[in-house]
Amino acid sequence: MNTPADKSNHSPDKDAGKHWLYRSENLPKLWVIQIVILVLAVLPDFFLHHHPHFEQSGFTLDGSFGFYAWYGFLACAGMVALAKILGIFLKRKDTYYDE
Amino acid sequence: MTSEFAFPPGLIMILGAMLIPLLGGRSRMLLLLGLPLLTLAAVWGLPADASLKLGFLDYTLEPVRSSVEGRLFATIFAIMAFAGGLYAHRQASTTELTAAFVYAGSAIGVTFAGDLLTLFVFWEIMALGSTVVVWSAGTQSAYRAGLRYLLVHLLGGVVLMVGIVAHVIDTGSLEFTAMQPDSFGNWLILIGFLVNAGAPPLSAWIADAYPEASPSGTVFLSAFTTKTAVFALLVGFPGADVLVPIGLYMVFYGIIYALLENDMRRILAYSIVNQVGFMVAAVGIGTEMALNGAAAHAFAHIIYKALLLMSAGSVLLMTGKRKCTDLGGLFQSMPVTAINGIIGALAISAFPFTSGFVTKSLETQAAANEGMLLVWLLLLAASAGVFLHAGIKFPWFVFFQKDSGLRPPDPPAGMRYAMWLFSFFCIAIGLYPDPLYRILPYPVDYQPYTIDHLVTQFQVLLFAGFAFFVMLKQMRRTLTISLDFDWFYRKFLKEIGNEFTLRTSVARETREQQVWAGLRRLIENLYKHHGPQGMLARAWPTGSMVIWVAVLLGLSLVLYYL
Repeated sequence: MNTPADKSNHSPDKDAGKHWLYRSENLPKLWVIQIVILVLAVLPDFFLHHHPHFEQSGFTLDGSFGFYAWYGFLACAGMVALAKILGIFLKRKDTYYDE
Repeated sequence: MTSEFAFPPGLIMILGAMLIPLLGGRSRMLLLLGLPLLTLAAVWGLPADASLKLGFLDYTLEPVRSSVEGRLFATIFAIMAFAGGLYAHRQASTTELTAAFVYAGSAIGVTFAGDLLTLFVFWEIMALGSTVVVWSAGTQSAYRAGLRYLLVHLLGGVVLMVGIVAHVIDTGSLEFTAMQPDSFGNWLILIGFLVNAGAPPLSAWIADAYPEASPSGTVFLSAFTTKTAVFALLVGFPGADVLVPIGLYMVFYGIIYALLENDMRRILAYSIVNQVGFMVAAVGIGTEMALNGAAAHAFAHIIYKALLLMSAGSVLLMTGKRKCTDLGGLFQSMPVTAINGIIGALAISAFPFTSGFVTKSLETQAAANEGMLLVWLLLLAASAGVFLHAGIKFPWFVFFQKDSGLRPPDPPAGMRYAMWLFSFFCIAIGLYPDPLYRILPYPVDYQPYTIDHLVTQFQVLLFAGFAFFVMLKQMRRTLTISLDFDWFYRKFLKEIGNEFTLRTSVARETREQQVWAGLRRLIENLYKHHGPQGMLARAWPTGSMVIWVAVLLGLSLVLYYL
């Protein structure tokens, strides 16, 4: 799968001797690879009509173009955001329960 | 009723475990691998209608009852014990291995229980065995977490027992069979089962206790307790509507808490709740396809979750570190651990050609078949979320992200073999689901490999992965834990207890002061009257004696004249 490294930890001068994945000049390549994979994943939707699961109840969104792609993305973005918000209230130092 | 004696397959490992402390080295290895194989043979050698019945007071106990569900769960439990033994042999303590095998054997005992009392007995042995597994990590935090774990399970056990008693009073039968939550007793039985499944509000025990065990201990723990609960729900409460919302809650609870977590094995522990949530919801849907899905998912889940925890356990063993903030870049020196961790991560995410793909889809499809639109949409979102919180998060933060500079080697051979074995199963089941489909409770009429399913699944997962990397900044690991329901018994009640101690000790102090003051007054009074200067202690002068004698004599004279 796609594995772009975390940008913030890298500056160009420190890259010598690092693994390919960790060199900052490779970061854009990794993003390009990822975008290509995503495009490939959506491509079949041009040729193929998904069978909606809930036709009888009038819900046909899941048969529409790219539904699974945007739904998967938004669901995850939503969950990360929700976790972030709940984290404000729930997070404590990991020594919280220590005696 | 059959008259032949059917030996309870669970007892093979429970009794066999007693030999583990007596043997060492090679012969112990043979025992660890032989017992599960022997159990497997016993499970499959048992006739389909096998039953062992015993009279007990006015009731009939059925310690052995063959069922398709029981055989399926017993099979995966035995396979798990085999791989766990292989993984644990070198570095686990004798106590841990013995306890783990008693624990596994009693889980198998539950799967063959034909009556509620047998189920309860094995249920409680499981609680004890697993507690000892937690404790055998030998640390202070493991001791405390194990104690909390035991208390939760003893509470669940008490609720279950009360439920069983009420159920028997209602129905007059101990038989373990499909029930509905429609009476007091049945509700308590359901709650007792759900406690072990990690259902709300007590879900926190999983992430609290399991990650405190040793690297191999957590692998054993991940498999048995929660999946035995899934088995019990599957047989006891198929189609109980209340399980659908409970399962969905667990699914999202697991994702959110795993996203917030920093400890790699706690991430995976939260993800157990998430996965069991899928199964609980499927049991609640209750159609043949949904129940097949729950059973198949449990089977596949035990394998890939154990694989993930084996990978995490290897990292812990070789680095001594468990926090994502301390780890990263390990793929460079631990390629075997990384590859197996990634295979487990792909399987849990239901990537096509892995075991998750062919099992979890039965559950989502079952929701769609029943026209449960909202449930289906939530399960689909959750499937994306699984990839997010376990599928990418675990391998990314442990094996990739920043380079932590750590360069530990891969773990010893036994641990590597155990990981390869389970990776093989993850992919083999994904590629050839038929053997698994054939041993499911109901006939399977489902084809996971359609173009439509493959395309949609790839889209969901790849875009979930895209969301992960787009939002990576939002997921920066912090040195934090997240509050959960266990806050009530670890902090709130403790603070109340402390406050109580403080106040009662002040009250006691005041009472004590009062009592002392009273005593002191009493002594002062006594001293005043009876002390050296006291009126009553003075030496009496002879004169006053004479006067009093004269008075008395005078009085008696007066009386005499009267």
